[in-house]
Amino acid sequence: MKRFLLPLAVFLVLVVFLAIGLRLNPHEVPSPLIGKPAPAFRVPTLAEPGKTIGRDDLVGKVWLLNVWASWCVSCREEHPLLVDLSKRGLVPIYGLNYKDAREDAQRWLREMGDPYVASAYDREGRVGIDYGVYGVPETFVIDQAGVIRYKHIGPVTPAALESKILPLIRELDAKS
Amino acid sequence: MRNPRTFLLALLVAAHWAAAAPAWAQEAAPAAEDPVLEKRMMKIAEVLRCLVCQNQTIADSRADLALDLRQQVREQLKAGRSEQQIIDYMVARYGDFVLYNPPVKSTTWLLWFGPFALLGVGLGVLYIKLRNRGRRTDASLTEAERARAESLLAGDERRDEA
Repeated sequence: MKRFLLPLAVFLVLVVFLAIGLRLNPHEVPSPLIGKPAPAFRVPTLAEPGKTIGRDDLVGKVWLLNVWASWCVSCREEHPLLVDLSKRGLVPIYGLNYKDAREDAQRWLREMGDPYVASAYDREGRVGIDYGVYGVPETFVIDQAGVIRYKHIGPVTPAALESKILPLIRELDAKS
Repeated sequence: MRNPRTFLLALLVAAHWAAAAPAWAQEAAPAAEDPVLEKRMMKIAEVLRCLVCQNQTIADSRADLALDLRQQVREQLKAGRSEQQIIDYMVARYGDFVLYNPPVKSTTWLLWFGPFALLGVGLGVLYIKLRNRGRRTDASLTEAERARAESLLAGDERRDEA
């Protein structure tokens, strides 16, 4: 019997590694920007082409940057949650409208509700590249000093909001 | 063209091709514009991973993000930035994962050296096993064992009771 113990142990170790591997999502690539200053940008707002918005306007408060597009199916999924969050008034949400047509994006917000204080209009996806965006939606938590503290990849779920994002915002708010 | 419907279809196809041609021309334009730049761009794009379709490089992928990143590389080359500067720019935004060749550092030691460590362990086990087997063949029989073996060979004792 003893001669089977070693292969059994090796097998069990393998099973544990494979089980961990199955649970990892290869599409969730950790961002190197966590803990770094949010990249500066200045682009027109979605609502008014004549007005611009930039990172520096938002320094001094904790804010969420939600990357979205009207062509993005998962954005539709998370949108009611963002609308609800904006009504709770816990944190200002700013949008980064990514590679979208202005009319489509504006219509989308009229139909689905607008949770954003303002949306930056990133027609060419350049701001997106600076933020390491590789899929939509993505959501960043940015602190008073303009440092990225957290990045959520994919649609924000109620679980992610309650267990990660809101506690972090409370913690950051408490510091100021 | 016996059938007027076939003719109409052929006409539609021809019209479609005619309409599509300018779009292709536009897409191919940057390559024609400066083949040297395009070659340099592709050389860099070949070492960068497309994060949308992760088993492809930015050079291979037709994902929107890959097209945008190729455009970024193109522009930065035009602006006179070096290959290394552009790769650093991508790593700063997308992390080491964007590199098709992961860098050797403490977090990737297992990745780089793990297979060799496993190979070493395997060779070690093999060596020990072979040495033990060699020893076992050396073992000589005691007097009693020899006597029993001889009686077995002579057929005096039957192992098989059935």
